[in-house]
Amino acid sequence: MNTNPSVLTQGAVSSLATTKLIRNTYTLLSITLLFSALMAGLSMTMQVSHGVSLFTLIGAFALIWLVLPRTANSAAGIGVVFAITGLLGFGLGPMLNSYLALQNGSQIIMVAFGGTATIFLGLSGYALVTRKNFSFLGGMLFVGMLMVLVAALANIFMEIPALSLAISSIVILIMSGFILYDTSRIVNGGETNYVMATVGLYLSIYNIFVHLLHLLSAFSGRD
Amino acid sequence: MEMWMKIGYALLLGMMIMFIFPRAKQMLKESPKVSGNEWMGVLIPIIAVVLFVMLLIKLV
Repeated sequence: MNTNPSVLTQGAVSSLATTKLIRNTYTLLSITLLFSALMAGLSMTMQVSHGVSLFTLIGAFALIWLVLPRTANSAAGIGVVFAITGLLGFGLGPMLNSYLALQNGSQIIMVAFGGTATIFLGLSGYALVTRKNFSFLGGMLFVGMLMVLVAALANIFMEIPALSLAISSIVILIMSGFILYDTSRIVNGGETNYVMATVGLYLSIYNIFVHLLHLLSAFSGRD
Repeated sequence: MEMWMKIGYALLLGMMIMFIFPRAKQMLKESPKVSGNEWMGVLIPIIAVVLFVMLLIKLV
């Protein structure tokens, strides 16, 4: 056992920094999820069209690609996270309204919401408790995501329902992998910025929710 | 879905592919090689997710 006081102090400081990073990430994630839900509720009330969703998605991804990397290390980064999650939440409104119009739409939404929360808490908790390093998953997850995006792009024009369901199933698995990967990066020092960590986890939760809704509505026979 | 929206979503997905492609290539090069034991640590929770989603589908 190493009893060198300076080594012990370094270890304690590192452990404290990780604990602070985890606390900040999960606090910001909880608040942004709540904010996103409020924005979704607002767009549902306003009955905005599906076209608006497209523009909110473009706005959110423009912020993620162009603005977030430059602001993540400053206080402005928190404002950018709220803008991203607000836009993505607002964009969910038209889709949620169309699910609510189904006979058991509210049940499907509640099950998808509960299911997403359970998947996230289970996987993130697993990575936090075991402290395993899942950094080896990175390459595979990004390549998988790339293949899914190509398939989704093709299916916009081909409109094959079975392919659409396959894409949703694979996205849920890939995003589950990203939850393990992102949480393990937070725990093992691969990610030290809670703003970036929050956005990564938020995007995984958002995608699982959207694609779980799609699967549940399709298999309940009312999509 | 209207044609202008299809084109819009296609452009967005195309941008995503362009953004992710170099990162995926780099990540694949830098990914460490791992043993079968470490893969089991991933497979177990992923199989749990698959079973859980199947249960949710049965519920609705």
